[in-house]
Amino acid sequence: MSLSRRAAMAALVRDRGEDLLVVPGLGSTTWDLAAAGDDPRNFYLWGAMGGAAMIGLGLALAQPKKRVAVITGDGEMLMGLGALATIAAKRPRNLALIVFDNGVYGETGGQPSHTAHGVGLADLARAAGFADSIDVLDAPGLAGLAERLRALSGPLFACVRIAADESPRVLPLRDGVALKRRFRAALGLKP
Amino acid sequence: MNGAGGATDWPERLYTALKRADVRQVGYVPDAGHARLIARCRADPDVNDVALTTEEEGVALAAGAWLGGERAALLMQSSGVGNCINMLSLARACCFPVLMVITMRGEWEEFNPWQVPMGSIVEPVLKLCDAEIYRARVPEEVDGLAEHAACRAFEHERIVALILSQRLIGKKVWTK
Repeated sequence: MSLSRRAAMAALVRDRGEDLLVVPGLGSTTWDLAAAGDDPRNFYLWGAMGGAAMIGLGLALAQPKKRVAVITGDGEMLMGLGALATIAAKRPRNLALIVFDNGVYGETGGQPSHTAHGVGLADLARAAGFADSIDVLDAPGLAGLAERLRALSGPLFACVRIAADESPRVLPLRDGVALKRRFRAALGLKP
Repeated sequence: MNGAGGATDWPERLYTALKRADVRQVGYVPDAGHARLIARCRADPDVNDVALTTEEEGVALAAGAWLGGERAALLMQSSGVGNCINMLSLARACCFPVLMVITMRGEWEEFNPWQVPMGSIVEPVLKLCDAEIYRARVPEEVDGLAEHAACRAFEHERIVALILSQRLIGKKVWTK
């Protein structure tokens, strides 16, 4: 029985604390994060496919005292696989890269992704140099991941196997400038 | 002469300009034209140097840096501009500053004809992406243009390309 994506997101950001910054990927993980509860420390993506992990890296380097979680989908991660190598080489201790893997491109009609054909993202991350790369297959595994995210010692990669069913869309703010400004303001920066 | 004010010290001028602009993250795909500037950034403990596998990663890096309150610059060769195009949509949609420092290939005394197709469309493609473009043709122009480019990027949250002409960089030596 695969995990529900909404329940998985909720478990990861529940009691997030002041210091957790979250970057979801475009599409379903952005809807999942919005469904878990809006927060100015979420930087929702409505585009930039393949860029979530690298946005996370720039943010993690700029805010070394915060924890940064990129929580994206398998299709979005597949478009930017080079980022696995770039992040592994840089070794940011405060960055977790979490992929919700359902093996399909949910936003475009459920076409199978490469992971449906045997490509293992956690294996790729490990080969790229993530010393800490795990597969999460069930509820105890998810609870363990949430715990590791709370006491993050990264870089951490986790591939969370989720069910392929689509949840109702929960659409957050889509004005990119407004999202940027409120995120910076939440960090005490000039918007 | 390689001393201050000489024709070959423009990488040092660029480094100084980036430092003055308080750039803290420098993303780059290794490039011969940028070799000296990359070495300076790597040796600087106050700069996070990030080697990229492809230039579009750098656009996303710069966005993340800005979200976290830091300034980033991207060093690339002209061929890398093509790799950035879609990710620059992120910068346009959110008004993220992106400072691109681009060494040109495919123009002055280019030996490799495969560099010409992308090199020849760098400026029009960047214009379509709503980037501001400043081109340094001689070393004496580098300081002023770099300072202006950084100001436009970071004070006005713009995509800015500082282009370094191939004639300024010097031609690549193909025969030893």
